[in-house]
Amino acid sequence: MSAVASHAPSQDAPPRGLAHHFRDLDQQQSAATLGMWLFIAQEVMFFGGLFLAYTIYRSEYNDVFTIASHHLNVQMGAINTAVLICSSLTMAIAVHAAALGHRQQIVLFLILTILLGGVFLGVKVVEYKEKFDHHLVPGPHFSGHELKLEGDRERHAQIYYSLYFAMTGLHALHMIIGVPIILWIAWRAWRGEFSAAYNAPVELVGLYWHFVDIIWIFLFPLLYLIS
Amino acid sequence: MSATTQAAPAHPPEREGHHIVPLWIYFLVFAVLLLLTYVTVWVSHHDLGSPEILPDVRVHLNVIVAMLIAITKATLVVLFFMHVKYSPRLVQIVVGSSVIWLIILIGVTVSDYFSRGWLGNPGT
Repeated sequence: MSAVASHAPSQDAPPRGLAHHFRDLDQQQSAATLGMWLFIAQEVMFFGGLFLAYTIYRSEYNDVFTIASHHLNVQMGAINTAVLICSSLTMAIAVHAAALGHRQQIVLFLILTILLGGVFLGVKVVEYKEKFDHHLVPGPHFSGHELKLEGDRERHAQIYYSLYFAMTGLHALHMIIGVPIILWIAWRAWRGEFSAAYNAPVELVGLYWHFVDIIWIFLFPLLYLIS
Repeated sequence: MSATTQAAPAHPPEREGHHIVPLWIYFLVFAVLLLLTYVTVWVSHHDLGSPEILPDVRVHLNVIVAMLIAITKATLVVLFFMHVKYSPRLVQIVVGSSVIWLIILIGVTVSDYFSRGWLGNPGT
């Protein structure tokens, strides 16, 4: 009786999180996921230009690139790779929790992801500091002394370090942008905005974070492991 | 009142097009990713040589192996962590075409750099 009366308006009222121009939450989530993938496809091209520049300069100056890359800290690079893979796992678990509507698990695993992202960026800061200390940052203070390179070969080493800072810097920028976004999503999850029916924001930030992980999966062997 | 609160959980947890991947798959992928990271570092300590496949064209096998491992890792992340294996065909097409565009970008430019000078410079 009263159940029927109160049930009727709940069918007319749009489900929580549904924008008026979508038929239902499924359609909305499919559209959002597709949009995110188009953004990622664009990001692939964005990073692709840098990978292309790297490919051409490395094929040109392979021996100088080998010498210069030996002054990167492979151990730190490997640790950071593992840290980022761990953060992808915690993100995947957070998205999994969101699909099941487990509010506390979403928050917990998003926070873990942020912490691991912080560890990655911290290690990166230590690495960058080393490069500044050893005059390996491209520019007027660059010195090939440490690398035992002079003249043209010193300039070629600057190309390597320019690519190193451009590629890892752009990657780190993506993480620096990603962390506050994850924090915002974690806050919304904490407020109980997401459910098994509506969790697209968690899924989308997950896609972004995994994409950043993939970029690093390529950067690590290309920059650190030139033998 | 109680009818409205019960209406929300009535949603089936597994809706159409939103496949829920069991957690053990994530842990398995995670383990394989870490293993492959170890392998790629290990391989980099060994010189696999650089055979000449064409006159004046050498292929550094270390780079090939490192890239094959990286592509494998990226594929695992895309298929399982990013759910593309379970995504609608349209998403799979977007993912595939982004790879194709990247191949066009790199392939066409590299083939230009690579083949410069083959025919000599006009006027010299």
